[in-house]
Amino acid sequence: MKPFDYDRAKDATSASAAAAKGATIIAGGTNLLDLMKLEVMAPDRLIDITRLPLKEITRTSDGGVRIGALVSNSDLAADPTIRTNYAVLSRALLAGASGQLRNKATTGGNLCQRTRCYYFYDTDMPCNKRAPGSGCHALEGFNRIHAILGTSEACIATHPSDMAVALRALDAKIEIEGSGGSRTIGMEGFYRLPGDRPELDNTLQSGDVITAVMLPAPVTDARHVYRKVRDRASYAFALVSVAAVAQMDGDKIKEIALAFGGLAHMPWRDGAVEDLLRGERLTPAVLDAAADKLLADAKSFGGNDFKIPLARRTLKAVLREACTTGERT
Amino acid sequence: MNKVFTMDAPATSRRLDDMRQGLVGKPLDRPDGPFKVTGTATYAHEWNLDGMAYGVLVRAPFARGTITHIGREDIEAMAGVLRVITDARFLRNPAQGTADEAPIQGPTEVFYLGQPVALVVAETFEAARHGAQQLTMKWDCKTAVIDPETAETEEGENLEQGDLDAAMKAAHATVDATYHTPCHTSAAMEPHCSTAVWEGDELTLYGSYQMLNYNINELADSLGIDAANIHMRAPYVGGGFGSKLGIAPEAVAAAIAAKELDRPVVVALSRPQVFETTMRRSETTQRLRLAADANGKLTGLGHEALVSNLEGETFSEPVTQSTHFLYAAENRKMAINIARLNKTCAGSVRAPGEAVGMPTLENAMDELAEKLGLDPIDLRKRNLPERHPEEDIPYSSRKYAEAMDTGAAHFGWDKRNRTPGGLREGEWLIGHGMAGASRVNSIGEASARVTLSRAEDGSALATVETDMTDIGTGTYAVLSQVAGEMLGLPMAQVITKLGDSRLPKGAGSGGSWGASSSGSAVFLACEAIRSQISEKLGLREEELEMKDSEVTSGNTRRTLAEVLEDGPISAEGTIKPGDTADDVNQASYGAYFCEVAVNAVTGETRLRRMTGVFGAGRILNEKTATSQCYGGMVWGIGMALTEEMVHDPRDGHIVNHDLAEYHLPVNLDMPQLDVILLDERDDWACPIQTKGIGELGFCGAAGAIVNAIYNATGVRIRDYPVTLDKLLDGLPED
Ligand SMILES: Cc1cc2nc3c(=O)[nH]c(=O)nc-3n(C[C@H](O)[C@H](O)[C@H](O)COP(=O)(O)OP(=O)(O)OC[C@H]3O[C@@H](n4cnc5c(N)ncnc54)[C@H](O)[C@@H]3O)c2cc1C
Ligand code: SF4
Repeated sequence: MKPFDYDRAKDATSASAAAAKGATIIAGGTNLLDLMKLEVMAPDRLIDITRLPLKEITRTSDGGVRIGALVSNSDLAADPTIRTNYAVLSRALLAGASGQLRNKATTGGNLCQRTRCYYFYDTDMPCNKRAPGSGCHALEGFNRIHAILGTSEACIATHPSDMAVALRALDAKIEIEGSGGSRTIGMEGFYRLPGDRPELDNTLQSGDVITAVMLPAPVTDARHVYRKVRDRASYAFALVSVAAVAQMDGDKIKEIALAFGGLAHMPWRDGAVEDLLRGERLTPAVLDAAADKLLADAKSFGGNDFKIPLARRTLKAVLREACTTGERT
Repeated sequence: MNKVFTMDAPATSRRLDDMRQGLVGKPLDRPDGPFKVTGTATYAHEWNLDGMAYGVLVRAPFARGTITHIGREDIEAMAGVLRVITDARFLRNPAQGTADEAPIQGPTEVFYLGQPVALVVAETFEAARHGAQQLTMKWDCKTAVIDPETAETEEGENLEQGDLDAAMKAAHATVDATYHTPCHTSAAMEPHCSTAVWEGDELTLYGSYQMLNYNINELADSLGIDAANIHMRAPYVGGGFGSKLGIAPEAVAAAIAAKELDRPVVVALSRPQVFETTMRRSETTQRLRLAADANGKLTGLGHEALVSNLEGETFSEPVTQSTHFLYAAENRKMAINIARLNKTCAGSVRAPGEAVGMPTLENAMDELAEKLGLDPIDLRKRNLPERHPEEDIPYSSRKYAEAMDTGAAHFGWDKRNRTPGGLREGEWLIGHGMAGASRVNSIGEASARVTLSRAEDGSALATVETDMTDIGTGTYAVLSQVAGEMLGLPMAQVITKLGDSRLPKGAGSGGSWGASSSGSAVFLACEAIRSQISEKLGLREEELEMKDSEVTSGNTRRTLAEVLEDGPISAEGTIKPGDTADDVNQASYGAYFCEVAVNAVTGETRLRRMTGVFGAGRILNEKTATSQCYGGMVWGIGMALTEEMVHDPRDGHIVNHDLAEYHLPVNLDMPQLDVILLDERDDWACPIQTKGIGELGFCGAAGAIVNAIYNATGVRIRDYPVTLDKLLDGLPED
């Protein structure tokens, strides 16, 4: 670990100002500290935001919820409003990491956690995300956990967060304090694909501090499903995960939101799949069509070939679970 | 008065059974437990010596070549850094278990990615680690060989008896299948660590080691000094599983640095370093051939394995170890070939041999049982040899059939699913499987001193002393129990001192032989003490009854405190292996039964329940023995479902070198495990009739789970671990 300076932010504005001058934000530290010990990240300066008053979950005037950036993953998962109205989020959180990690991990930090690509974590290995221009060692290496959608020649990493997948399905917005004041970005605009700049995980600018996540008013009568497929029963990142929020009209799908983890550099959402499903009954043909649509451009790299059939199977099972009529779960 | 005993004949007197204190066998707590849970047990990193400096090893980031330059100056100029050390005595890799001499040395010629090539020493751990991370080096690359299938191989063991090919041709039913198991790491909770301090020419090394009597010679040989000048201490070891059998690079580097800097130096490995520079279990490719007649009698048995190791290493994973004697078959072929690779040194990882050889043998037996339409238990029982099929010697004590029967009854084997892929609960396919357990048994020469003295309050106190280690297994508990039993003292009046090289030499913890070897040494020392007491009292030793600090015989009754009035009584006991090691075949046995659920959509496997039944001779402590079996079965879960150390085929780099990506089973992967210990005495094994139990619980466990996965899904996976991607294609639902 490289020696660094450490400051505590007094408020979001000063945190933003420090970040604009190059300081790295530290929240729960469950990801950043690991990366610093390995010198994958070697900031000169840390700005600790954990004393800022961003630990509240409050109702908003439009019937939605505002989640402070420092709300812990444990607290968020246990919050009665979240459990009742946004069950998919609570379930996604509880499917992630371990109890100890969730106690420390924050909402903002979870959104900004870095990829789990093995080569990213080892500074002796080439990796465009860690050392731009050095090459992508995963492309022809061991890529079991890597992406099948939206990849580039430069990087095939996935975003590891479970929470972000649920937030993407819930159409959340991110509230940001930046150099030019505060603003919000929808989840659809927060993450990015690797393209030829894989070192950038998201669209945050220098000086940006996430202050909150905003959820819209809950969808009524919806069935929430979060299904995470992984290599062991707990404490493993998703190979494939699916978040679904479905509303039925009789036996037809009235409205559905689907987001996917483990498939891409960001939580994946495909409007065309949802369009295809809307108004339909869940016949085998419809299930196949939805899976075909989702995976039409999927490309695998050897070690992760299995993710294509796995995503297909998981999507179909989640749809069967989410789009049944009857009691809401 | 000392007692030396060589195991040349069975120890049929079973004296422990005549003792009256009632300690042996009981599920007693470990006396060291409270120290561990309160943080007062001192591990190798916790000695906090005055003026201690911190060393961090630097790895070679390539798999084969020669270092031409180390960027020493830049690092030595960094704040807090004391020195960058490279020394011709650095170890290439740890010594193999019981090597008793230095392994290959020298940090310049690199044989695998992860080989330690330099040590950065600094005032703080952080500064040392930063220096280590920033150290640059130059090297000339040579071509590395990573893939065992394409590497040059050397012939190891090779046994041919009869004509297996002909037996295969003539058989009523055959299995000819190739299985693969990946590299494993031990992943002990305490990473490897050594603290070295010199006083003149005398070195004290506090290390995390399993076998001090060998380690001290290995360290002396590595450093080029006399073993008499070394004092090693390892009172507490946070797990070893074989990875701490031989002296390792961090110990030698710490000793060299401490000498050069003239201050204590501690060197601990990070978790990735544990993966890269301590012993790995070799990957194996195993061809199993079984030929059977219409009655389910084996006529042919072949077990041929390809394993790997570094150039110059003598160890090769003894895959066929139990196959040699477990099942009868006239025509036999066992062979091991060794590929020379540029991968981390291969050595002992818990239950070397049977760990990977038993599950595959038991998979093949499962395949054969299905072809013959036989209950897998029945098939096994039909093939239990009367005598060792290759050496024509009898078995000592073999509880294999009893373990299978007991397990079957306990588990409800008769209610198992009989149609592969045919039992379903919602999305889950349910299956049942069984496998046998077998592990060779041996003892090593071991001594222990027992001293009976009077404590401050006047009561009698026994002190047991040996350099034997407790690696979390329960040595402190079982040696105290043996001494207390023999001398008639409650546990609270026995103190066991371990892990100090100045104490009488034990066998060390390894190969499951620790409790038998050191337990026997303690037993013999106690017999000698009993003789001294009887002499003193003018009684016959055999008639002494010692219980609750009193000695009685006929009408004589004395308190031990009285007996000790004119001073302590002390004796050393020494056990030596003898003819019984060759006259009979010694092994411990068992059987596993389990139920799995495999998700028909995703291929995820969940173990639902598992029973293990084991016969390992006399059980010294039911609690610690059961824990060993739990641990072994948990290793089996890992091997069956998740554990795999992946080397990048391009550069030999261990891709998943931490516990986030090398998937050990977590609590949610483990259902309640049932362990049943059979009542057994093996007189041929040692004077206390015990056999090894530390590894037995693992020797075949994974095979039962993989057999159950087949039973659940109808998909036979021969490539361990059974991760979901391997099952997907064969699952019904899309
Ligand atoms: C072994 C292990 C297993 C795990 N398993 C899972 C899993 O299965 N699923 C899963 O989803 N996660 C998993 N995690 C990851 C865990 O969820 C993240 O580490 C955690 O959410 C990060 O939150 P934090 O507050 O600790 O972030 P930190 O480590 O403090 O920060 C992470 C990053 O976010 C930035 N950051 C933090 N807060 C802000 C802010 N307010 N504004 C802007 N930038 C910010 C930091 O600069 C840093 O780059 C696992 C982690 C570990 C160590
Ligand atoms: S996939 Fe991305 S993170 Fe991984 S090695 Fe390639 S560039 Fe680096």
